[in-house]
Amino acid sequence: MKNDIVLAGVGGQGILTIAAIVAQAAVSRGLNVKQSEVHGMAQRGGSVSAHLRLSSAAIQSDLIPAGSADVVLGMELMEALRQAPCLGPQGVLIANAVSICNIEQYPEEEALLAELRRAPRHLIIDAESLAKQAGSARAANMVLLGALANCLDLDQELLSDSMAKFFASKGEQVQQTNLAAFRAGAACRASA
Amino acid sequence: MSIRLLLGDEALAQAALDAGVSGCYAYPGTPSTEIMEYFQSSPEAARRNVQRSWSSNEKVAMEEALGMSYAGKRSLVCMKHVGLNVAADAFVNSAITGSHGGLLVAVADDPSMHSSQNEQDSRFYAQFAMLPCLEPSSQQEAYDMVSYAFELSESQRVPVLFRLTTRLSHSRANVRLSREKSPERELSEPEDARRFILLPGIARQNYARLCDQQADFAAASASSPFNCYIDADDKRYGIICCGLAYNYVQEAFAEQCPYPLLKVCQYPLPQAELQKLFKECEQIMVVEEGMPFIEQQLRGPLANPRIKGRLSGDLPRVGELNPRLLSQAFKLPLAQIAPESELLRQRPPRLCDGCPHTNTYEALNEARQQFPQAKVFGDIGCYTLGALPPHKAIASCLDMGASISMAKGAADAGLQQAIAVIGDSTFTHSGMTGLLDAVWQDSPITVIIVDNDTTGMTGGQDSMGSGGRLDDICKGIGVNPEQLKVIVPLPKNHRENVQTITEALAHQGLSVIIARRECVQTLRKKVKRA
Repeated sequence: MKNDIVLAGVGGQGILTIAAIVAQAAVSRGLNVKQSEVHGMAQRGGSVSAHLRLSSAAIQSDLIPAGSADVVLGMELMEALRQAPCLGPQGVLIANAVSICNIEQYPEEEALLAELRRAPRHLIIDAESLAKQAGSARAANMVLLGALANCLDLDQELLSDSMAKFFASKGEQVQQTNLAAFRAGAACRASA
Repeated sequence: MSIRLLLGDEALAQAALDAGVSGCYAYPGTPSTEIMEYFQSSPEAARRNVQRSWSSNEKVAMEEALGMSYAGKRSLVCMKHVGLNVAADAFVNSAITGSHGGLLVAVADDPSMHSSQNEQDSRFYAQFAMLPCLEPSSQQEAYDMVSYAFELSESQRVPVLFRLTTRLSHSRANVRLSREKSPERELSEPEDARRFILLPGIARQNYARLCDQQADFAAASASSPFNCYIDADDKRYGIICCGLAYNYVQEAFAEQCPYPLLKVCQYPLPQAELQKLFKECEQIMVVEEGMPFIEQQLRGPLANPRIKGRLSGDLPRVGELNPRLLSQAFKLPLAQIAPESELLRQRPPRLCDGCPHTNTYEALNEARQQFPQAKVFGDIGCYTLGALPPHKAIASCLDMGASISMAKGAADAGLQQAIAVIGDSTFTHSGMTGLLDAVWQDSPITVIIVDNDTTGMTGGQDSMGSGGRLDDICKGIGVNPEQLKVIVPLPKNHRENVQTITEALAHQGLSVIIARRECVQTLRKKVKRA
């Protein structure tokens, strides 16, 4: 099995948390992992991306070859669109329906959505609303993790266990909310 | 045997612990910072009381590490590539003294300049200092190489340069840890201890010996477990892969490279294998992350047309490599890529909401309006982002500490209202000596030390000025206490701060303003922990 995932967002949105949860789940199943991150200046509210590769065979490159990713998970609309060309022909584009307008001349949201919908397989998801319904808007990233789980060759239970371990110190309430958020995300299906 | 998911930086750090290192010395710098941070969060390092405090700058760190080596223990010094410029005096001369306890100089290069001002390649420094250099191709190799590197350093009695690049430093992978742990070394006297005294008479002998040792370094490369020749039938190309570049080649060819391949992870280059590649293959493709270090040597001044790589145009001259660039170079089928959307806008990094630097720049920009010639010389840190909108406040950013010295030089030339903006950590790294010059001549410059009580850009490490010590440091350097002001950059203090800065700009001599308020990121972390 092989899953190549590009995570995209704005510095501070938590793409590394999602990457770490998935990576840890894969390691616990004995898979090989490479996870390339962004540190330093790039983190300060600018565009960030991370490449996450999971495979039962050895992984060579830390970077996913352009045009071959299985999933692009964008935590913000314009950043999802920026990384969309990474996708392979069968790839799924998951985008969180949120705009972070911390620059001048941020594009029209409708125009962004229209372009994102051109991806043959896409899922645009209002993670914050679903997270609120699950108990807390702060669990939006766990909604996205649930949506991502659908596209991976990893058991959902394995991923939700990894998520629970990651937040082990946060108490029962947070754990319940995260799990509900994860399930809400996993219930969303990409356009086929 | 345990398997852990580690960054390249972390793999190196854990390997050094497993190899019985007694001290890690470093100044934070992307992408090397996580090596020291691993030491600082490691329970094992705490239990063993391994030395693991940040140093003032890379030169100091290098000298501290050499001191530990002199005393017979294994030591590690870490820095980013431009940090080696700061440490260069100590580094180059440490090749002449040699080392005693194993000494690794880990330098993380940043091709594509993700968080740096150039993409210099540290292999040039190893060659310049005539020292062996190791360059892992993977996180596992970064781990496996460390104990080998310490042994190499001890058997050859020289420091070894350990080169990393961003994609290895900041990428995680499964790393199999060794079961064997090496104990820390006891104090011991170096043999021939006089070699550490670089009087010309001794240095000449040492240098001659270093020249003689080059053959030994070459022999070590030739028998290195990290260099290998992988033969193949199609001799139209022979490929030289340096470090991480090996992975991109393997990825591009789906691990079935049809051409002979020489994987180089230890320098100097293994000569016999290089000759074999040259003899048997029509063209040589040199694939290296960073600058065309090997390619330039092979190509020579006559631009040998058999040599392909970044200089021939087969690969881009600048920036990081990736698998697609290799596919292009070897004319392999390329995946279709959709064109980039025209809707996209650049999203550069910016100062955080609530950042004290924002308030400082707002006050400075207002104060300087009365002085049309005023120029602000910037420095290295988050506050370099003051160059971008909305502040557009700074005119230069060169290297650590340059703000003060450049402001003084500009004032020497007659530029009125030369202003330096420098962070607290950058100030104790390399700003204090420049300030000493300005004090000596009472230069008419205004130095604004933006003191957020941390090294912010790299994630919030302590600096030597942490804890409000800068006032005393400035006074100690000789700044007139009447011309030393402290402001608190908050919106509510704006008027008062504009006034203080205006007075400083009008003063016909040196004035220093410390703009003091804690970094919002470190404050947030503290609140979270509490």
